Amino acid sequence: MSQEKKEETKKVQIYIMGREYQVPAGLTIMKAMEYAGYRFVRSCGCRGGFCGACATVYRVKGDYKLRMALACQETVEDGMYISQIPFTPAEKPIYDLEKLGPSANVFLQYYPEIAKCVSCNTCTKACPQDLEVMDYVQAALRGDFEEVASLSFDCISCGLCAVRCPTELVPYNIALLARRLYGKYVMPKAKHVEERIKEIESGKFNEELQKLMEASVDDLKEVYETREIEPE
Amino acid sequence: MIRLPYYPGCAVQTTARNYSISGVAIAEKLGIELVELPKWNCCGVFPFLANDDIMRHLAPIRNLIHVQEMNEKGIVQNENRVVTFCSMCYHTLKEANLFLKDPEKKEKTDIFFEREKEFVGGVKEGYKGGVEALDFLEVLKDIVGYDKIAEEVKKPLKGLKVAPYYGCLVLRPREIGIDDPENPTILENILEALGAEVIDNPNRIQCCGSYHTVDRRDIVAELTYDNLIYPVRSGAEVIVTCCPLCTFNLDFRQKDAGKLHRDLQEIPVMYYTQLMAIALGLDKQFYGVDLGLHYVDPKPLLEAKNLY
Amino acid sequence: MNLAEKVRSISGEDVLSCYQCGLCSGSCPVRFAMDLSPTQVVRLVQVGNIEKIFESNTFWICSTCFSCYARCPRKINITKIMEALRQIRLRRDQDKIALSDIPKEELKILPPIALVSNFRKTTA
Ligand code: SF4
Ligand code: SF4
Ligand code: FES
Repeated sequence: MSQEKKEETKKVQIYIMGREYQVPAGLTIMKAMEYAGYRFVRSCGCRGGFCGACATVYRVKGDYKLRMALACQETVEDGMYISQIPFTPAEKPIYDLEKLGPSANVFLQYYPEIAKCVSCNTCTKACPQDLEVMDYVQAALRGDFEEVASLSFDCISCGLCAVRCPTELVPYNIALLARRLYGKYVMPKAKHVEERIKEIESGKFNEELQKLMEASVDDLKEVYETREIEPE
Repeated sequence: MIRLPYYPGCAVQTTARNYSISGVAIAEKLGIELVELPKWNCCGVFPFLANDDIMRHLAPIRNLIHVQEMNEKGIVQNENRVVTFCSMCYHTLKEANLFLKDPEKKEKTDIFFEREKEFVGGVKEGYKGGVEALDFLEVLKDIVGYDKIAEEVKKPLKGLKVAPYYGCLVLRPREIGIDDPENPTILENILEALGAEVIDNPNRIQCCGSYHTVDRRDIVAELTYDNLIYPVRSGAEVIVTCCPLCTFNLDFRQKDAGKLHRDLQEIPVMYYTQLMAIALGLDKQFYGVDLGLHYVDPKPLLEAKNLY
Repeated sequence: MNLAEKVRSISGEDVLSCYQCGLCSGSCPVRFAMDLSPTQVVRLVQVGNIEKIFESNTFWICSTCFSCYARCPRKINITKIMEALRQIRLRRDQDKIALSDIPKEELKILPPIALVSNFRKTTA
């Protein structure tokens, strides 16, 4: 019906879990799904490409490729078949960072399965953050946690690499261990954070906090709206 | 100085750092600069021996492509050779070229890399062929030469009784091996050039038990005993190796072997590059004996022989 | 494709030229831990009785040392046949070992190449 009028809001046809919908072009997958009537209780978080909750797989009609994306970032295309991956079952061993130490075999100890990586690069192809996932898995295999930390810095743990890996690794948890090791053993301690923590502990902000806790909702709104925002 | 692309591999970066630390240093001493590949991945350790699954053949080919890229970027000039220390890396990289000799397999991998190009992190171009894998032992034999090694010796290993051990992958199969698969002599020649006394080891080309060390230590223990007992009985004081996995099994699994066979005395196991670092008079830090990577500590022996 | 054909196609080896001389078994360093000898395995591939091979541990015990291939007078790459047998099992997603069985202290000292090669031979 709307197509018969003007082409102002061009529509595209998408399929959400097999069902066909007409949605306005230009929407993100997430918005398109909401437009189609879905309400997210999972698979959605920050809406800004940071939290990794909205892992999505899709194919476009006429193309054999299975594509991976973040629903909050990717715009819909005509003929998209969409499905979400609300959760990735993943191995997550417990370790104590204090005791671990940055030894060469630290990854193999907790994630021996990284030795299964065959360098197929499937993970890299899947990553919506355009990370060089295979390279960081390989760096983990040789214990180079600094390299892993730097290559995986933008990882948001969306889980898509783990879903695709034919040797069933969970790259992102391995990367998390690397960044934790990096933070603990390499990164210089942030002086200003230490100072601020001291200030907090000495009770410097107690009074202000107390005031906020006692404030009414309207007062809070007021404070929020007139807050100082740091220039970019 | 000859500049050669160098593929380290995972082992010499971790449990076999004593191999690469000594190896890179002696290479330099002998006029060879080893230029590490700017990017590399695990070689796969063994060539995959099935014909039909291209995915498991990709790992070594990627590394050959990185050598190709080094040339394109001008990091090395017209240098289509890549050097490794680890026997397993050498074997796997070498085999990749043999695998690609089959036009059908070459085509399949080309298509794979072609499709990969549109993604970040993939290779920029497929493999054009012709990158030759060299084991560092071949570099010593063919590029440096035994005479030059002998000339450079500052501290001859006089009176040190050494038994070489080759293992499998630098020798077999014949089309990959660097020496006569039944009667290799490279290690013996090097050791003689260093002034050491070479002790015969009839099992020097036998398997060390390889990856069974992960889940079948009983098998490895038997082989370790078998591989060590003859040289030990013939008075060898140290075993010399060229493969990080052989070395691990011969060294660390002596514990298991000794439990099974009480007559086995402990014997240190060292890489030939470590002995070379000593004989060529390099700094102690390049011996790689202080890194906590040996099960049987070679230091007491070296001290007794005035080599440390 | 029946199993025997599959072994031939995955390995690319023509087993029919084997004349059962036994050199492979004589050269095998881990024969002591196998229940069928490599020579028997080749024979069973010839006659197409792969099930019988699968009842044995031989192809798991093979350590990929290439001794048999190096000495086979008929130039049959028996090592590749062992790989094909392992692959047929692994492609059913039947791992030979459980990674969780490997003690942590061992994982601390094992060279990465030991794990990579082991897992490539024993896990799907
Ligand atoms: S590395 Fe894996 S989990 Fe991290 S962002 Fe990329 S695909 Fe997602
Ligand atoms: S998908 Fe898995 S096997 Fe392939 S490169 Fe990535 S981690 Fe390695
Ligand atoms: S909702 Fe957080 S990344 Fe998409």
